Amino acid sequence: MLLIDCPYCGNRPEIEFTYGGQAHIARPTQPADYDDHQWTEFLYLRDNQRGLRAERWRHSHGCGRFFNALRDTTTDRFHGTYKVGEPRP
Amino acid sequence: MAETSLYMRMLPPMSRWILQGGADALSAAARAWPAGLSSEACRARGQGELHALWLGPEEFLLLAPPDHEPRALREALAGMPHSLVDVSHRQVAFEVCGPDCALLLSAACPLDLDAAHFPVGMCTRTVFGKADIVLWRTRADAFHVEVWRSFLPYCTELLAEQVQN
Repeated sequence: MLLIDCPYCGNRPEIEFTYGGQAHIARPTQPADYDDHQWTEFLYLRDNQRGLRAERWRHSHGCGRFFNALRDTTTDRFHGTYKVGEPRP
Repeated sequence: MAETSLYMRMLPPMSRWILQGGADALSAAARAWPAGLSSEACRARGQGELHALWLGPEEFLLLAPPDHEPRALREALAGMPHSLVDVSHRQVAFEVCGPDCALLLSAACPLDLDAAHFPVGMCTRTVFGKADIVLWRTRADAFHVEVWRSFLPYCTELLAEQVQN
């Protein structure tokens, strides 16, 4: 079974986790200034890269916290995890 | 019962709260709750019949005898951002005892329940089959399992099935 290293609980089985999409997408600080095109980009457009990708994951059947993980999209290997708010290593 | 090496029993009703809060609220709560709160991840602390189970960095499950009112805790937390929710009737508890209890639970729980990796006093939220549970090792040969009320038949039937296997 694939183990994911939760920054709070340590190595735990994959089925305890929920995928949360691409990481490091900042919410606009001035939403009223956004036009439709900028909203579309913020809400719907995501990178679809091959290789190492920063993602949000949630330890939903554990501590319940969101954290970020670096995962290789071709091999499904996790290269590290870090807490929300910390810079991408 | 005395002859069996493995058995499961329902635990009596108890009072339960979910406490959530930031560092300030949790340190105040740790002083007011007699058992204290563990600062180490996935560990339970207890004093008498009062227990505090670490569920997350800002979340604890508090267990107490029925009708226990955490007055000191409420007073200590007054004026601080926090959440203290009574979940006494949301979940029920059962115990799985016997030398092979870890083996039995391993049939539907993906964690490594060996005593070296899941020692006495360790607790965590995890899954049992498709049900979300809180698992707590109270003794070397006993696990305390908290499960939401409506998932209890699922868990007990799954356990019974695994015993037959």
